[in-house]
Amino acid sequence: MERTEIIVQLKAIVGDAYVSDAPEDLFIYSRDQGVQEPHLPDGVVMPGSASEVVSIIRFAGRENIPVVPMGGGLVLSGLTVPLKGGLVLDMKRMNRILEVNESSHYAVVEAGTSQGMLDAYLRKHHPQLKHSLPDAPPAATIAGNIAIHGSGHLSQSEGGFHSEMVTGLEVVLPTGELVKLGSCSTVPAWFSRAPLPDLAGLFLGWNGTTGVITKVGIKLFPRPKYHDVLVYMTEDIDLAPMVLGRVIGTSMAEDINYALAPKPDYLRGFQMTVVNFTANTEEELAFKRKTLRSVMKDLYETRDSGFMPVPPNMKAGFLEAPQKALSKFADVRKGGGFEYVGAIMPIERIPDACRAGMEITARHGITYSLGARIIGRGNAAMFFFAYPFNRVDMDEVERVKKALEETNETALALGGIPWKTEVQGQQAILRQMEPGTYALMKRIRAVLDPAGIMNPGNWEVA
Amino acid sequence: MQPLVFDPEICLACESVDCIMRCQYIDLDQARAKQEHDRIVRGEMSSILKDCVTCYACEEYCPSGNHPFYHIVEQQERLGVHPVPRPIEKSQVIMMAPRGRIGKKLVSPPVIDMCFFDIMKGGIRGRLFDGATTIGGSDVFCNLMFLHFARNSTIRERLPLVMDNIMRFHLEPSGVRELICYHDECYGTYTSWAPAFGIEVPFRPVHLFDYLYHRLLELKADIKPLNAKVAYQRPCSNRLCPETDHFVDDIFGLIGAQRPKRTYEYGNALCCGGVPEAAQRFDLVEEIRGKNVADMKEAGVQYCVFNCPFCFWTLAEPVAKAGIFPVMMSDLCLMALGE
Amino acid sequence: MESTYRDILHRCFRCGWCKFPLNYTDFNCPAYLKFRFESFSAGGRMWLIKAWLDGEIPTSDRLGQILFSCVTCRNCVESCAMPLIKDQLVDLFIAARSEMVEQGIIPPMVRDYFKAVSVSGNPYRMPREDRGKWAEGLGLERYASQEYLFYVGDEGAYDELGQKMARSVALLMVRAGISFGILGEDEITDGNDVRALGEKGLAAHLAEQNVALMNRLGVKKVVALSPHAFNAMKNEYPKHGSKLTVSHYTQILKTFAAKLAPESGSGRTVTYHDPCYLGRWNGEYSAPRAVLKAVRGLRLVEMDRAMQNALCCGGGGGNFFTDMLGSGPDLSGRVRVREALAAGADTVAVACPQCYRMLSDAVKDEGIEDSIRVRELSEIVEEALGEG
Repeated sequence: MERTEIIVQLKAIVGDAYVSDAPEDLFIYSRDQGVQEPHLPDGVVMPGSASEVVSIIRFAGRENIPVVPMGGGLVLSGLTVPLKGGLVLDMKRMNRILEVNESSHYAVVEAGTSQGMLDAYLRKHHPQLKHSLPDAPPAATIAGNIAIHGSGHLSQSEGGFHSEMVTGLEVVLPTGELVKLGSCSTVPAWFSRAPLPDLAGLFLGWNGTTGVITKVGIKLFPRPKYHDVLVYMTEDIDLAPMVLGRVIGTSMAEDINYALAPKPDYLRGFQMTVVNFTANTEEELAFKRKTLRSVMKDLYETRDSGFMPVPPNMKAGFLEAPQKALSKFADVRKGGGFEYVGAIMPIERIPDACRAGMEITARHGITYSLGARIIGRGNAAMFFFAYPFNRVDMDEVERVKKALEETNETALALGGIPWKTEVQGQQAILRQMEPGTYALMKRIRAVLDPAGIMNPGNWEVA
Repeated sequence: MQPLVFDPEICLACESVDCIMRCQYIDLDQARAKQEHDRIVRGEMSSILKDCVTCYACEEYCPSGNHPFYHIVEQQERLGVHPVPRPIEKSQVIMMAPRGRIGKKLVSPPVIDMCFFDIMKGGIRGRLFDGATTIGGSDVFCNLMFLHFARNSTIRERLPLVMDNIMRFHLEPSGVRELICYHDECYGTYTSWAPAFGIEVPFRPVHLFDYLYHRLLELKADIKPLNAKVAYQRPCSNRLCPETDHFVDDIFGLIGAQRPKRTYEYGNALCCGGVPEAAQRFDLVEEIRGKNVADMKEAGVQYCVFNCPFCFWTLAEPVAKAGIFPVMMSDLCLMALGE
Repeated sequence: MESTYRDILHRCFRCGWCKFPLNYTDFNCPAYLKFRFESFSAGGRMWLIKAWLDGEIPTSDRLGQILFSCVTCRNCVESCAMPLIKDQLVDLFIAARSEMVEQGIIPPMVRDYFKAVSVSGNPYRMPREDRGKWAEGLGLERYASQEYLFYVGDEGAYDELGQKMARSVALLMVRAGISFGILGEDEITDGNDVRALGEKGLAAHLAEQNVALMNRLGVKKVVALSPHAFNAMKNEYPKHGSKLTVSHYTQILKTFAAKLAPESGSGRTVTYHDPCYLGRWNGEYSAPRAVLKAVRGLRLVEMDRAMQNALCCGGGGGNFFTDMLGSGPDLSGRVRVREALAAGADTVAVACPQCYRMLSDAVKDEGIEDSIRVRELSEIVEEALGEG
């Protein structure tokens, strides 16, 4: 079908205002903020409802048009860049918060609902509850984040990746059927994925290759009134597992992050373990602070490490969620860009990952920010190798790209798995994956998406 | 490099050992105090070198002006005692280093030296500071804070450059000889630490409170008495220049602030807790902050006034939680002027 | 485009903070709210301007729509995560528009606006001699060395609601004994929105004419009805030699409102809508609220998006005249009045003739006339004086 006819058909589904094949829009939707190559879509379409998504997918299936679902468009690694052209399905018009269950602690939102909007809504209407915010800007969507196994500020204390906090999904299958997964499939409530067969996993971590998520049930957690942060400073990377292990062991931290960077210069060569903790009373907060400090006593008494005094302005930044500082990182090279390899890995590999990151960046002549967020009371770390670049310095962009590719390989070699990784990283994972596992993935995709329209190019061997 | 002007014979002959007996953080009987004291004087290791909270108070307590605290710092550094964990110490050394970004800037009196705290220059406003120019930042930073880190060497190394910067880029080209020190850390540097190490200061330092007092005298007719009870959080660096402490009462008298009697003031003032926190002495921090704020509350004050920005950052929150309004001295004066 | 802007285009990360207010309540960029394509966000605009200047995309109607639908509300300036570029975002968008103006490729509605201002001296294409009609029958003095010149601008002169507002403000100032005069048909359009739409030359010409006129008349202090005029006179005219002391009328009203002791017998619940050119552009959030607080019996409630987080009515940056945002339920004016209603208000207080018109129309479009009304601040005071 000709593009003009495709656009006409799509306009009939969503209305004239919400479809475009204008060069300006195609330009913007052909790329993200990272270093991956742009690929032009044939059109951009913004559905306003699940039924419109159904119509779009059925139409795309009939016409064999690739479809790339997009949330906030902040993945940085090209997952919403249409590798084979087709349609970018921008979900952000579908941003209604449909339900908050105060008793059973979950919210049901449309897939385009942003992290920021849900947070603001909860602060206003249900101030005793919160959800786990990723470090992404507030424009990131709930659905986009769970679909890539995102993590956030409650991932340590409240049970792991955001995909593990999903209580139910509504999904449009690549063949156009609308399905509900979890308790909402059987009873009119979105409280749990158990005890049913866990079909939600078919759509989590698949980079939009198995369907379009249209609604998400997501766990909510208590929002204690008091909040503070401690920063533990070390000068020995090998101390990381011990320091982190001790903090985790207190069961008192809400969020635990580890970071090192060469800038500012007064932090070069040091590592910071940032421990956020919350409480319902000042007394509880003081008790937690005291406990967190006490587990480090023998370490800081050696004077080789210690808790850093945190002035109020710096503290405000640490307490902020989401943190603007992470977006500001893109301006380290005065060039509006960074991309990172996020690698889910065992905590004991953090020192090696730090060394590898420094070695790779030194070799490529680029700078870095390295670090990790602890996931699920110490089950794993989400280690980030973040490399900023100046987007008009094509040589630097190229070096960052090569460094990222190497970092993916290194992360795998270290026993980690690159997260939401770009196509090359996906291929590296698949090369190392049990053949039977990959075969199962292919069979599942063939069943779900016989026309192969969903985000083609992802999770495929080169 | 000039050595510290310190006469061990004076200390060895001292019987009162006020430097330790009056210390609010070290609790030793007279005999033990003398024993530990003499060890330090002789350059030996002593528990005091590790237990010292670096509050500077012994500089004030010493009846002979023999610089016991500077000597403690010398010995800590020589014997490798690190009051603060090494990574924090190293990081601070880098953070506060002169950046070499200073450029010629003409100034006109009154010239206020903001120390490192350029961020606070919003406080230099109103009739109190009519026509004032400010200087500040790492290149004019006195570096005296490294007394808390057992690093006299860092101050020694940087101070000549800092003073040269102040003169060369600001005072000399402007024909100004007088510098008003916003923070008494600077004033203490130039009037106490530098002379103690035989370093000549090429300008005349003026304490901020001295300036404020005299300016308020000029504006006396415009002052509306605050009629409020105010506590003063005396900073550690004022221990280096106790001769300026009277200005607090003088200023209070002019602005109609009452200073109710408190346990922890004047010579008994307690540390804000910021430095002990960096030294990882968390129980002590809780204790002294608790005592200090409770003392203010008991005195029924409405305001707690600060000179030191670091004390303000450290203590403002606990003070405010106790229902007391934390305020910098210059702002309190502005309030009395209705600004 | 000037290198100061060109050199920062690539520093936008397109992280999307700019779409939201500081409290993330909802999308707060009117163009993005309406069109929803990433291209219409401030970040999208940054990337597209760069691509356009680099020759990667052509000049087109769509690009014109994208650039000229920015309402210059400065929400993006408030919320941008990049401290070293944020302050220049809107100036950069205006510079990009100027670039299009210089190339002569602009949307027809923008072209018509410039033409009307150039030819008729006002965007309404109304006769110049009608400019002073708003004041007929009020007995207001012409400016002749009174303390203030009261400048009503295009909307105050020609828009029905603007005229109502101008009359109300003027009468209240008379009642308070403020010494002021008006220019009547001698007023010249202030040029704020001309500048915002990128016609630098015309904006400069208008500024020069106004400065010359006011210098000739010996004007020292101006009270502006519109925040747009207030902004131009306060921030742009000094570049053309102006030494005027410029106030927005709410800043004058604040000084005497309480003395008039207004009392709202009906116990209205009012929410105040911050105009962008008074609030985010000039940092004045308190004066209008002080006026409302002076009305006894009036309950002031805040919307979720207030002060620096306020959602623009949609009229800023020339859109009041060019209508680049079009219509529909996602039009920011309509979203704004729904928000006011949700805040529990029965009255939206405005302090800008453009907001007055945009929000009044939005109330009608939403069909909520029975639930909420739009009133200008001085009218609320007048009303309370009448009731009291």
